[in-house]
Amino acid sequence: MTLLLARRVLTLILTLLVVSVVVFAVMNVLPGDPALVVLGMDSTPEAQAALRERFGLDRPVVERYLEWILAALRGDFGRSYTFAVPVSELIVERLPVTVPLALLATLLTVVVALALGVTAALNHGRPGDWAVMTLSQFGVAVPAFWLAILLVLVFAVTLRWLPPGGFPGWEDPVAALRALILPTVSLALVQSAILARVTRSSILEVMRLDYARTARAKGLSRRTTLIRHVLPNALIPIVTIVGLQFASVVTGAIVIENVFYLPGLGRLIFQSITNRDLFTVQALVMFFAVAVVVANFLVDVAYILADPRLRKGAAE
Amino acid sequence: MTVPARPLPPRGAARVGRPGLILGGALVGAVFLAALLSLVWTPHDPVAIDIPARFLPPSAEHWLGTDQFGRDVASQLLVGARNSVLVALLAVGIGGSLGAALGLWASAMGGWVEEAVMRLADFGFAFPALLFAIMLAAVFGPSLTNAVLAIAFINVPIFARVARGSANLIQRMDYVMAARAAGRSRTAIALAHVLPNVSAVLMVQATIEFAVAILAEAALSYLGLGVQPPTPSWGRMLSEAQTLLYLHPGLAVWPGLCIVAAVIGFNMLGDGLRDWADPRLRHAR
Repeated sequence: MTLLLARRVLTLILTLLVVSVVVFAVMNVLPGDPALVVLGMDSTPEAQAALRERFGLDRPVVERYLEWILAALRGDFGRSYTFAVPVSELIVERLPVTVPLALLATLLTVVVALALGVTAALNHGRPGDWAVMTLSQFGVAVPAFWLAILLVLVFAVTLRWLPPGGFPGWEDPVAALRALILPTVSLALVQSAILARVTRSSILEVMRLDYARTARAKGLSRRTTLIRHVLPNALIPIVTIVGLQFASVVTGAIVIENVFYLPGLGRLIFQSITNRDLFTVQALVMFFAVAVVVANFLVDVAYILADPRLRKGAAE
Repeated sequence: MTVPARPLPPRGAARVGRPGLILGGALVGAVFLAALLSLVWTPHDPVAIDIPARFLPPSAEHWLGTDQFGRDVASQLLVGARNSVLVALLAVGIGGSLGAALGLWASAMGGWVEEAVMRLADFGFAFPALLFAIMLAAVFGPSLTNAVLAIAFINVPIFARVARGSANLIQRMDYVMAARAAGRSRTAIALAHVLPNVSAVLMVQATIEFAVAILAEAALSYLGLGVQPPTPSWGRMLSEAQTLLYLHPGLAVWPGLCIVAAVIGFNMLGDGLRDWADPRLRHAR
């Protein structure tokens, strides 16, 4: 198991390294001259030279990369060109919006998907199953941002139950949670459509196995069999998909924050694009990519720790 | 007297009757038809601004009404279909071919080349299309090309994996062994024997990735990172409609329905084709 974990940690480090090289290359090498991107084509050569010096753009690319990555490891992502504060400060300021949104959305996704998936599996081949599958066929096809617009239309514009957008801050937790309801639901419903299908097929697969049949044969009810014998094993692929979906939730959050004008990292990234704030975009893209990679890593580790077969397999 | 032998039913005939395949095919057909039609005809000029004719309700003249600039919504949707299809075709075409080529190459070479390509593919999954599009937009400014490149990028690792997985099965076949024994090069074998046999799998994957690409294009255009104004696109129509939600909520409905119909169509067609192409799945269900 230690060997397996060590190998996984090594892959994590390598992946992060490659990710950082790609992000740095796209943002610094592709444009030719980052100073031109930040200042625009019509800027004076003097201004460009000043910017190059201020951000060290006149030094070799490799040197700049090493400096950037070493500083980032210390939590220093450089200074934002437009906000004139450290990027790390900007990130910390906006985390209380994006992190709760992503976590709540993931939680709701799992709850809804498990409920739908179990319902479908227990009603396999009957109308309940058919209804869930049709629903999920639709859910997979609905863009989260359109669902968000429709939810605003119904719950904010027509019924006036919830705010159409904006975020009041956590000083008023109730108002803050109310502001996050529609964004969370629009993110989660689409994701849970996918996860419900995985849950259903995973449960159906395990229910076909001998031990599940034995459990039923010895007189256990469907419900007890499901909870005690089927779900624990069926959960393994479900957890993997939840991990993979974290990437979709994170990027989905970028989109959804823009639909609801939530002052989170997703909105910051768009403000930075509009402001041509290359270094902030670079830091934020890196931040999101790291979040995705680390989430997948944690799922793999949980897997290794949870599955006795993997533990044993590694020991042999 | 001889009874003429009845021709065997075509392969997968049992499945062609499946409603999924037919409905999916019909929806996809409709999207392609709309895209092609928009090249030669739209009810009105989709970008012609006609302020006196703003916010008209649906009528015989304007089937789905007009938007805040008096532009015909139905005409915009038709051109939007063209853009969606175009982006998806290019992105899946470019990313898919590149990925498939990498996968075939990895499978043909084996050893460390295969390992390296597959590790690179793993890493590709760390970059959602949106992040890539954001980087390109920050550097080059938002454009349709960037959207295509970003969506193509995420297709590379997907197709590399699928192609390599299927190709590895083919590599073990007798006829590949025979070709190798006859002294044919790895490249020649990959092109002449492996590729034709994995193409069906790749086509099915492409159909499903088409749906993903249409969703991605819509999201990027909605965020302003895709098709640029005034060219109509479903995603951008939605972002414009969002600002008018209180006054004219209807404008936010049609483009969304088009996206959903197109995506469902490609998903159903992909699923249907997969079942049809794979007899094992036909019995497994």
